[in-house]
Amino acid sequence: MTIGEGGSVIAFAALAVLTIIIAAKAYTPAYAFHAYLFAAGSVAAVFAIFNTYFARSAEPVPQEINGRPNYNYGPIKFATVAAVIWGIAGFTVGLIAALQLAYPVLNFDFAYSNFGRLRPLHTSAVIFAFGGNVLLATSFYVVQRTCHARLAGTIAPWFVILGYNFFIVIAGTGYLLGITQGKEYAEPEWYADLWLTVVWVVYLLVFLATIWKRKEPHIYVANWFYLAFIVTIAMLHLGNNATVPVSLFSPKSYIVWSGVQDAMVQWWYGHNAVGFFLTAGFLAIMYYFVPKQANRPVYSYRLSIVHFWALIFIYIWAGPHHLHYTALPDWAQTLGMVFSVVLWMPSWGGMINGLMTLQGAWDKLRTDPVLRMMVVSLAFYGMSTFEGPLMSIKAVNSLSHYTDWTIGHVHSGALGWVGYISFGAIYCLVPWLWNRSRLYSLKLVNWHFWVSTLGIVLYVSAMWVSGILQGLMWRSYTGRGFLEYSFIETTEAMHPFYVIRALGGGLFVLGALIMAYNIWKTITATDLAVEPEARPQLVAAE
Amino acid sequence: MAAEQNKVDSLTGVSTTGHDWDGIHELNTPLPRWWLWLFYATIVWAIGYVIAYPALPLVSGFTKGVLGYASRDQIESDMAALNQLRGEKVAALAKTSPADIEKSAELQEIARAVGKAAFGNNCAPCHGQGGAGSKGFPNLVDDQWLWGGTLENIQQTITYGIRNENAESRQGNMPAFGKDGLLKKDEIPVVAAYVVSLSGRKPEGAADLAKGAKIFAENCAACHGEQGKGNPEVGAPNLTSNIWLYGGDQKTIEETVTNGRGGVMPAWNGRLDEATIKALTVYVHTLSGGK
Repeated sequence: MTIGEGGSVIAFAALAVLTIIIAAKAYTPAYAFHAYLFAAGSVAAVFAIFNTYFARSAEPVPQEINGRPNYNYGPIKFATVAAVIWGIAGFTVGLIAALQLAYPVLNFDFAYSNFGRLRPLHTSAVIFAFGGNVLLATSFYVVQRTCHARLAGTIAPWFVILGYNFFIVIAGTGYLLGITQGKEYAEPEWYADLWLTVVWVVYLLVFLATIWKRKEPHIYVANWFYLAFIVTIAMLHLGNNATVPVSLFSPKSYIVWSGVQDAMVQWWYGHNAVGFFLTAGFLAIMYYFVPKQANRPVYSYRLSIVHFWALIFIYIWAGPHHLHYTALPDWAQTLGMVFSVVLWMPSWGGMINGLMTLQGAWDKLRTDPVLRMMVVSLAFYGMSTFEGPLMSIKAVNSLSHYTDWTIGHVHSGALGWVGYISFGAIYCLVPWLWNRSRLYSLKLVNWHFWVSTLGIVLYVSAMWVSGILQGLMWRSYTGRGFLEYSFIETTEAMHPFYVIRALGGGLFVLGALIMAYNIWKTITATDLAVEPEARPQLVAAE
Repeated sequence: MAAEQNKVDSLTGVSTTGHDWDGIHELNTPLPRWWLWLFYATIVWAIGYVIAYPALPLVSGFTKGVLGYASRDQIESDMAALNQLRGEKVAALAKTSPADIEKSAELQEIARAVGKAAFGNNCAPCHGQGGAGSKGFPNLVDDQWLWGGTLENIQQTITYGIRNENAESRQGNMPAFGKDGLLKKDEIPVVAAYVVSLSGRKPEGAADLAKGAKIFAENCAACHGEQGKGNPEVGAPNLTSNIWLYGGDQKTIEETVTNGRGGVMPAWNGRLDEATIKALTVYVHTLSGGK
């Protein structure tokens, strides 16, 4: 048994004992349930390690076979499938939440299905469960391929993937059971945060160690973006979750920040979760999958360097624009606003580099719906990174803040950019990972593309109209100097747009289901099987 | 590596950097000019904005900016402008009685403007945007009043509320005649049938109205009156008008008699200022049906 195997067994056995004690003495049943989940997971990990130990040969896994790297795809396959499943779950919960806003009776007067619990379930499921698994899968794939080296570690990559998904289960069931620290996009309580910290540090180490043993002289641009994402998320996570637990036996904790400082830390975190999780991480995906699928060189190496450093330097300062016209001091609001505006071009650098990579290959958009999906994702990226700086300008923000415009903005980025670049990457990855000559059906990819594009357009345009209408109604005064509309009148005015939004969301869910079917058929279609390392060829859609 | 260094991409005529990552190459394209100049322009604008507005933290305090802007000043000037627009007449509402407000056409119009906004944000969640109410929440646009429909009555109700912890709030409960055993189980349908007949309707089935009338006289008349016309002193509704707060079918009346009723309304005294309460009083009074 290696030191890694032995050490892991001891660590998991200790965790199992500790969590069983916690479960026995927990103050609340929900916390006891989580402690039992930790104990069960630890015991399963011990068994899994012993099983692999008895099944494996005495020699360590070869780093190379016949002079080619022996790439480690197992954990990537798991994360890819997990992304599809979590994605559908997260989109569906979003659809339910959208329907609840249009028809409040759908809350069913039942704690577990209440909007207040489903909303964080939706946001965490789509950002961290779906987006997170896409990032884990693609980063482990891209770092191996572009470093020409097998993923570092044997247990560690599996620990990262399974440990991360275990975190998702703890977070999601926690929301439904009412465990939350009430910080937007950082709702999981202290023990889930601690677990994620361990997983994330191992993730960073696996990624760094793989880069360390690379066979290429330089580090590919996608890996810079992945590294920026991993390092910054670690920093944000620690800063915004600096809490003091009430007791080892209680899920409750208190944040060390107070008042406006807490708000500032929260939005420093919240904005950079968008910047480094949903932008830097997915730009990394773009930098590998777009040139690969288009079979064209990246447009500009210089642009990738300049926009990378500009993006990561400027993004981190833009958070205060979430707190315009609040108790946050004026000077901090100004800084947040000017950095947001300066961020415009660095953001667009990624779009230009992605779109212009297609020069000389634009005709592929007609025949390759996967590439089309990724190109449209870049268009949505460009649109929302223009809209973001615009909305950060205080005069615009005074109209847009707290309205549905923000929801529309977020979803043009989330559904259009993050969603489509992820779908594109998944459509590329599945035939590569499972050694298939092609996807089961390009026609279904086409259907996915058009159904969900219609969905996004309905969603985003409904929220624009609703948001601007709402903002104008809120600030509307009568000639006598009194508010023209009551809050309830604004809510009534938004109802039709909420119905359209739910329809758009429904189409997006439908598109994802089409994708899941296509992926499943591709994985199970043995007649598409090819020898490993033979890259799939695209077949023109008939 | 060196051999690849100057490889030229045939489609664009641009050389590559010579790197090869899993088959991906990079072109050595210079930065797009328009991109670079727009980037510089935003930086120049940012520097200008930082000079103009409060922006940089110092050891104590921060740079104030050459324009002397402060969001606190902006709120104060906005509020001053608003108060000027609202004018002195709004301030006069606080010093005038609702009756006098209603007599002056101008004051009444201002009171209705203030009242409409206050009603929408405070009363509409229960009474509905137009004041039409719903089950358990009284309709304010008809001419039937549980606690009286004069200006004084309405002002009293809004100020102190109904059946809440405020000592001045309106009290008076419909007892739970069934649950608390004040009436026998078989007496309840009989009295409910009689109540149905009070509003000129035909009760269900074979009803013993004489017995019902006797039960009513002994148990209900104290509050609802011998004729069932109600008593606004204790909030007892008129049972002859066929206007129902919880429903007038026999089944619902049986439920009401069995379990009692007692809707609550908060006291707005302290939450809303006096001028607003007066404006609301006039607004509700003039919705229609005020007495």
